[in-house]
Amino acid sequence: MYDPKELKYSKSHEWVHYDGDDVIIGITDYAQDSLGDLVFVNLPEVEDELTAGEALGDVESVKAVSDIISPVSGKVTEINEELLDSPEKINEDPYGAWFVKVTDVEDTEELLDADEYDKFVKEEA
Amino acid sequence: MKLIFERSVPGRGQDIFPECDVEVKLPESPLREKAPNLPEISENELGRHYTKLARASRGVNDGFYPLGSCTMKHNPRINEVMASLPGFTRIHPLQPADTVKGCTEVVDTLRKTLCEITGMDDMTFQPAAGAQGEFTGLLLIKAYHKSRGDEGRKEIIIPDSAHGTNPASAAMAGYDVVVIKSNEKGMIDLDDLKAHLGPQTAGLMLTNPNTVGLFDENILEITRLVHEAGGLCYYDGANLNAVIGIVRPGDIGFDVIHLNLHKTFSTPHGGGGPGSGPCGCKDFLAQFLPGKRVVNGEYTQAENSIGCVTGFYGNFLVMVRALTFLLTNGSDGVPELAKNAVLNANYMQEKLKDLYPVAYDTTCMHEFVMSLESIHKEKNVSALDVAKALLDFGIHPPTMYFPLIVDEALMVEPTETESREVLDNAIEAFRAIYKKIIDSPAAVAASPVTTPIKRLDEVGAARHPILKYDFSQEKAE
Repeated sequence: MYDPKELKYSKSHEWVHYDGDDVIIGITDYAQDSLGDLVFVNLPEVEDELTAGEALGDVESVKAVSDIISPVSGKVTEINEELLDSPEKINEDPYGAWFVKVTDVEDTEELLDADEYDKFVKEEA
Repeated sequence: MKLIFERSVPGRGQDIFPECDVEVKLPESPLREKAPNLPEISENELGRHYTKLARASRGVNDGFYPLGSCTMKHNPRINEVMASLPGFTRIHPLQPADTVKGCTEVVDTLRKTLCEITGMDDMTFQPAAGAQGEFTGLLLIKAYHKSRGDEGRKEIIIPDSAHGTNPASAAMAGYDVVVIKSNEKGMIDLDDLKAHLGPQTAGLMLTNPNTVGLFDENILEITRLVHEAGGLCYYDGANLNAVIGIVRPGDIGFDVIHLNLHKTFSTPHGGGGPGSGPCGCKDFLAQFLPGKRVVNGEYTQAENSIGCVTGFYGNFLVMVRALTFLLTNGSDGVPELAKNAVLNANYMQEKLKDLYPVAYDTTCMHEFVMSLESIHKEKNVSALDVAKALLDFGIHPPTMYFPLIVDEALMVEPTETESREVLDNAIEAFRAIYKKIIDSPAAVAASPVTTPIKRLDEVGAARHPILKYDFSQEKAE
């Protein structure tokens, strides 16, 4: 599990962990809580090019399907295949259940730090 | 309750077929190694099984069914009488056209009537449901651009309030989907539309009135802008019930449309189907219409047809029902049904909006959307809970969590076929549930309590679906 205090956040409720030049992306506790119990996840494929601000995949709850917006542009090096069989991991451990690892990162969306994100969520709620 | 396989007793069965008294010699290769696992059950037990199943289900015949965006209206019985006439049922699509003149006349009359109602010039009945009608319409748009050598048009514009089938159909037709925003009034954001129009635009797909039950006041400007950019305008007929006989899509700039006969035109809807999603178009697109057609009593095919989208001429008996509905209502009755559908929705909205905030507080069309966001926050009772609580009042829940642009949405569409008493009863149920939300929210969250099945484990069913029956397990027991 990644420490939520150390992560960066997008306003569309994804978290970003910097690992040197590469990044790891997941969705926040607030996001999983709002979506409800997830039953299906669509992930990109390794080698796919992501574009900041566009969907990298989607998650499905019994209510709806929601896009996961990529906070960065870059190339996918690894996907968390465990989520495909066990989407409930995202509900149980949102800061451990990463979605993708991305390299050649460029063109990052404006990201918030943990305190700013907390404030942003409180305003939105 | 038991599955039919669990009621099966070896050796029990029905004597439909007499003992075979001729010698049958079949080659070995196509024979099964063992007999299929068919249930063995007597006729009266079989009847009881399906009666029990029917009791556990719910339809328009059981009570009010205000499922938003689905137009669950009453299907007049005379439709069924007409669709049972032997002249319509004992026919075959390969029969010569001059031996089924009554049937071809049904197709011709229905096509002309629906074209008149929608302002279109031609129509195909091949599509078997709404989404296939959308797909067909998009293929017409694609064929049009291609025929002009205008092949750079890769994008279909769809507002964020659209039914999910719109982006799905566009993707199926090979287009990139561009989603544009709705403004604070629930209408298309014109600036966002302008920003996304260009030489890459193949067309716009629009439902009007849209999924929040509002007629887009800028519709003429919207279709003009799309045409100026070289795109075509597609009308999703999902919500035609609100404007039928009053506004014609063809008069407000649409080039191609689909209709849902199973919604607006009172043919069976839901699992019972089959559906019918005819696709209509303006003259310049008619050359691309799909597959086999009946035109003026003859079997024919469009000149530059995109090919068949289903077999033969469409779900014919559904067409018989739709035509019966139109002829029963007549040209004066059709606009009347739209007016009553709108009146019923506004009546319910007005009687409920003091307790359940509406998403867009204005006169609605055939349906309205309530947002239970504040109730959810303050009382921890969700739209789902209220939907389930309505079951205890004998009312089918409204559509939930759609459209996606409204949080904790409940979308109510009463249709024109419900009486004031039914609406008043539903209003009372909604208000009683609200009182319960205030007094004992936990009780609302625990509903329903009177249905054969209580809360379903939807999450468990979606995560670990059991999609087949395991016979080996049964034998092990």
